[in-house]
Amino acid sequence: MAHMPDLAAGRRRGLSPMVQRNLISGLLFISPWLSGVVIFTIYPIVASFSYSLTSYDVISPPRFIGVENYVSAFTSDPLFYQAVGNTFFYALIFLPLSMLIAVSVALLLNLDVRGLTVYRTLFFLPSIVPEIASAMLWGWILNPQFGLVNALLKAIGVPTLGWLSDPDWSKPALILIGLWGFGSSMVIYLAALQDIPRQLYEAAEMDGAGAFTKTWHVTLPMLTPTIFFNLVLGLIGTFQYFTTAFVVTGGSGGPAGSTTFYAMLIYNNAFRYFKMGYASALAWMLFAFVFILTWIIFKTSGRWVYYEGERA
Amino acid sequence: MSTQTMAGASPMISREERHRRRVLQRGAVYLALTLLGILFTIPFLWLLSTSLKPPAQLFKLPPEWIPNPFTWNNYPRALTAIPFFSYLRNTLYISLFNVVASVISCSLVAYGFARIQWPGRNLLFLVLVSTLMIPFPVTLIPTFLIFRDLGWINTPNPLTIPALTGNAFFIFLLRQFYMTIPEELSSAARIDGAGELQIYWQIILPLARPVLAVVALFAFMSNWNDFLGPLIYLSDRNQYTLAIGLYGFLSRSGSAWGPLMAAATMMVAPIIVLFFLTQRTFIQGITLTGIKG
Repeated sequence: MAHMPDLAAGRRRGLSPMVQRNLISGLLFISPWLSGVVIFTIYPIVASFSYSLTSYDVISPPRFIGVENYVSAFTSDPLFYQAVGNTFFYALIFLPLSMLIAVSVALLLNLDVRGLTVYRTLFFLPSIVPEIASAMLWGWILNPQFGLVNALLKAIGVPTLGWLSDPDWSKPALILIGLWGFGSSMVIYLAALQDIPRQLYEAAEMDGAGAFTKTWHVTLPMLTPTIFFNLVLGLIGTFQYFTTAFVVTGGSGGPAGSTTFYAMLIYNNAFRYFKMGYASALAWMLFAFVFILTWIIFKTSGRWVYYEGERA
Repeated sequence: MSTQTMAGASPMISREERHRRRVLQRGAVYLALTLLGILFTIPFLWLLSTSLKPPAQLFKLPPEWIPNPFTWNNYPRALTAIPFFSYLRNTLYISLFNVVASVISCSLVAYGFARIQWPGRNLLFLVLVSTLMIPFPVTLIPTFLIFRDLGWINTPNPLTIPALTGNAFFIFLLRQFYMTIPEELSSAARIDGAGELQIYWQIILPLARPVLAVVALFAFMSNWNDFLGPLIYLSDRNQYTLAIGLYGFLSRSGSAWGPLMAAATMMVAPIIVLFFLTQRTFIQGITLTGIKG
């Protein structure tokens, strides 16, 4: 924000020819993005707010109805609460689990293991599989009758599960599918771990620190910026969670609405029922929520994210 | 977990004892990693195995791993059940367009953010970074309506043209890299009378080749894998990409797992091959994403 006044003051004083030249060439270089952000980001955010105050079925022109869309989300759309609940359920279980697995595996791989690249590849590969393909594959693996997982459960004498066809198990099934792709964040953690200066460990050892102490007091604090980064990206990712759930349920969000996630609710209202106004209201609430959440995370990050002096 | 037990190496314990513990701990680490590695590989093996099985064997209980008899039939069946090569051509067109357009536009924009000092630059960069945090549903509907008004529904344009305006994430990556190039290189060129475009083209771009490769790779992958974009903008089967083509195949032939897995394999295999061919670029790219974050 601090730069806005500079810009205005500079104009009033008259910018030096060099600054002026730089300003022009700078703006020219970024002009592709600048036009893109206006057309594809800023305008849509504003427009979706104005659509959210209308009833709009794409065929007849939008009709102003005030805040009715917002009110009806809370009062007359049971799927709204269900989608919010499903999305929180997924975020609150999937995110911590995937971060825990990613950090743990990265810590193991950081113990100077031989064959590091082989292990890294094994864990990383699932994360680059197209979501449509992994959803198809897991739909088959979790098939209640002939799937691999239930066959395994049967073999060890545990009752088999309905997985994606059981409202109680459909979300855990999706979490399982999501965890298969933990590898990309693991690679980020591993790179961050390998970046931690050896001297820090040596200093800790001189103070008599064991491996656990070193992990807790050196490794994890040094890793917090990466954890923070993955947390922010992960949260935003889970609030737009869509493809896998859509594919495995054939777009139905079933059974019994148990896999209707918030992004799918928006998609269905917009592109199935052509309730563009209502869908825009849903989208705007998501925007406001994510904005506030990100703001809170950034505000509280000072308490637990450790930045080295030179980075601050 | 295993690190915790390693802390037990107190000086009271004899040398042999400590050595024995170390070996045990190493063993536990390798065992854990290997078991987990196998676990994460099983879905791939199952994908391949299913795609090579005759229909009758699919529904055997307990499931069998080795195809018997081993058959390629699912592949030609998948290729004829859907116009696979037409989907492939559409996907390649969109993906390659995005690769070229992103590399050009993002490398230019990043130059403007990293190599020229101008008032307002940091503020606009902040805007760029904050657009990374906007979930897609927020901009989805008005963007759709823009493309509809342009008459671009059922054409690849909504999936290609935006790449000309760059991509915030790629711009961010490139800008971070450009920042590490010493400023003296630019100022020396400026003294010699070089303009900004010349510096961009002759000095910065050649140095940025590894990161440009990352951008190209990621742009290709994200478009090859993209599901939502084609789902929204393409409803004519002649325009389908592999992702939604496969989805259509899945919804039409629910339990023909053999051909379905063959089709999925044909979509996954190029990505895996691409990974092995460009492994270093790949890992470097993912790493770049995180470290400077």
